[in-house]
Amino acid sequence: MSGYIIRRLLASIPVILLVGVITFSILHIAPGDPAVLMAGEEATPEDVEKMRQALGFDKPFYVQFAVWVGNLLRGDLGTSIFSKHTITSLMAPRLQPTLSLGMLAIVLSILFGIPMGVIAAWKVGSFTDRGVMIFAVLGFSVPVFWLGFIFIWLFAVHFRIFPAVGFVPISEGVFPYLKSLTLPALANAIPFSALVARMTRSTMVEVLQEDYIRTARAKGLAEFGVIGRHALRNASIPIVTVIGLVFAALVSGAVVTETVFAIPGLGRLLVDGVVRRDYPIVQAMLMVTAVSYVFVNLVIDIFYAYLDPRIRY
Amino acid sequence: MTETQQIPARAHRGLIRGSVFALRRNPNMLLGSVILAVVVVIALISPYLTRTDPSALNPFERLQPPSSVHWFGADHLGRDVFDRTLVGSRVSLLVGFSVGLVTSVAGLLIGLISGYYRRLDNVIMRFMDGLMAFPSLLLALALIAVLGASVFNVILVICVVDTPRMVRVVRGSVLSLREQQFVEAANAIGTPAWRILLRHIAPNTFAPVMVQATFIFALAIIVEANLSFLGAGVPPSIPSWGNIMGQGRTYLQIAVWVTFFPGLFLSLCVLSINLVGDGLRDTLDPRFSRRA
Repeated sequence: MSGYIIRRLLASIPVILLVGVITFSILHIAPGDPAVLMAGEEATPEDVEKMRQALGFDKPFYVQFAVWVGNLLRGDLGTSIFSKHTITSLMAPRLQPTLSLGMLAIVLSILFGIPMGVIAAWKVGSFTDRGVMIFAVLGFSVPVFWLGFIFIWLFAVHFRIFPAVGFVPISEGVFPYLKSLTLPALANAIPFSALVARMTRSTMVEVLQEDYIRTARAKGLAEFGVIGRHALRNASIPIVTVIGLVFAALVSGAVVTETVFAIPGLGRLLVDGVVRRDYPIVQAMLMVTAVSYVFVNLVIDIFYAYLDPRIRY
Repeated sequence: MTETQQIPARAHRGLIRGSVFALRRNPNMLLGSVILAVVVVIALISPYLTRTDPSALNPFERLQPPSSVHWFGADHLGRDVFDRTLVGSRVSLLVGFSVGLVTSVAGLLIGLISGYYRRLDNVIMRFMDGLMAFPSLLLALALIAVLGASVFNVILVICVVDTPRMVRVVRGSVLSLREQQFVEAANAIGTPAWRILLRHIAPNTFAPVMVQATFIFALAIIVEANLSFLGAGVPPSIPSWGNIMGQGRTYLQIAVWVTFFPGLFLSLCVLSINLVGDGLRDTLDPRFSRRA
C-alpha cells in the first residue's frame, strides 16, 4: 500500500509542474504588454516602467518563472495589484465561507444522490426509477445561478424562511451559520446530486445482476443487507470517482453561487480579480485550486486502492 | 468524461440510420430533438419574431410585470424580456454549436495523433492532464481576464477548456482501433500513416465523438451563461441568456421575471440537448441502453 501511495505521489509531480507552467503562461499569451495592462488606463509611461520592474517583466521569461515558482514554494502567492495586500492575507478570511459551502454541498449531494440512485436501481424500470432519471437529466441541465435565484425568490422573498444573501461565520452561532449556507449549498448540490444519482444507479443496476447478489438473496439475507453490504460496496468505485469530479465542479459552482448569494469567499475574490484584471490574484487562485484538485484526485486514487485491493498493481 | 470514454467505436455509416431508428424507439430523444429543433428555428427567425427593438430603452415601461403587452415582463431599462430572450437564444446556440464543432475537429486531430504515435502520446496527454487539472469555469474566467470579453473569445476559451475531454475520447478509441486487423492489413500493404489515420481509423471514432460533442454543446451553453452572468462573457450590448440574467440580478426581489424566463429557456434548451445526447449514446453503444 505505501509503495502504491509513493508511486501515485510521484506521478502527480509532473502534473503540478505543468499546472504551474500553464498558469504562469496565461498572462503572457495576452495581446499587448502585461505591464501596460496591469498599470491601468490612466498610467503614465513611467508608471508602466515602474510596474514592469516591480513585477520583474524586464527579465527573461525563464527567470520570471523561476522566481515565481520559488516564491510559491515559500508560500508567497504574490501581491494584489488592486489592494496591495499579499494574496495569502486576502485568501485567509475567505477560506471559511468557501470551504463550508463546498463541504455542505458535497454532503448534500451524497445524501440526496446515493439513496436516489440505489432506490432507482433497486426498483429498476419502476415509476420511482423514472422519476429519479428525470431528476438526473433535469438537475444537470439547469444553471446553478438560476437555481440560486429561484431559491432566493421562493424561500427568502416569498416565504422568508432563509436569509436572501450573506454569510454568517460559525463563531456567531451554528444555527445562523447553517441557515445562511442552506440555500447556496442546496443550489450547488442539485446538479451534483443528479450526477451522483445517475452514476450510482448505473453501477448498482450492473452489480445487482451479479451472481453473488443472487447467492446473497438465496441464502436468505435481508434485502437491506444485500443492497447495503454486498451491492453498494462493490458499486462504490465509480461513485467515488464521480465525487472526485464533483469537487472540481463545486469549485466552479462556488464562483457562481458566491456571487449570487453575496458570500465573501474565494470565488468572489477570483471574480473580482478577473473584473479588475488583478492578474496575480487570478494566477494564485488558479494555482491553488488546480493543486488542490490534483491532491483530491490523489486521495481518491488511494481510497480506491483501499476499497479494491486489486487496484494496487 | 467517465461515462463516455469507454464507448467502442462503430462504423459511421450506421450513424444516420441509427439515429432515425433511435428516435422511433426512444421517446425521450424524440422529445429532446423536437424541443431543440424548435429552439433552433426560434433562434434563426428571432429578428422577425420580436415586436420591439430588444436593445431600445423605454424608461416608462421599466420593471413592468408580465402582461399581454410584455409576455415575460420588462427589465430595469424597460426592454421587453420576451424579445430579449428570443434574441438571446442566438448567442447561446452559436457558442454551443461552435464549441461542439471546433472541439470535435481539434479533439479528433490531437486524439488521432496522440493515440497512434506512442512517443507523442505521453507529451500530449500530460499536457491535456495539466489543462484538465483546472476546474473548467476557473480556467475560462482566467483566460477571459487576459483576452478580454467578446463572443469570439468566449467561444475560444470554452474550446480550450473542453478540447482535452474530446481528445481523451478519441485517443481511447484509437488505442483499441490501432490493434485491429484492418489497420494491420493497411499497414502491411504500405499505406502511409496519415492515410491510415484519416481513412481507416478516423471514421471509426465518429460515433463516440458525436456523443461527446453533444454533451460539450450542452455544457458550453451553461458555461457561456455562467461567464456572461459574471460579467466576463458576452458584452452587455448583445443580449444573451446569461447577461440578461446577470443584469436582472439586482432587481430579483422586485422583478423575478427578468431572470426567471431566460433561465427557463436556457434550461429547456440544455435539457433537450442532453436528452438527444443520452439517446445517441444509448443507440451507438448498446451497453448503455440497459444502464442509463
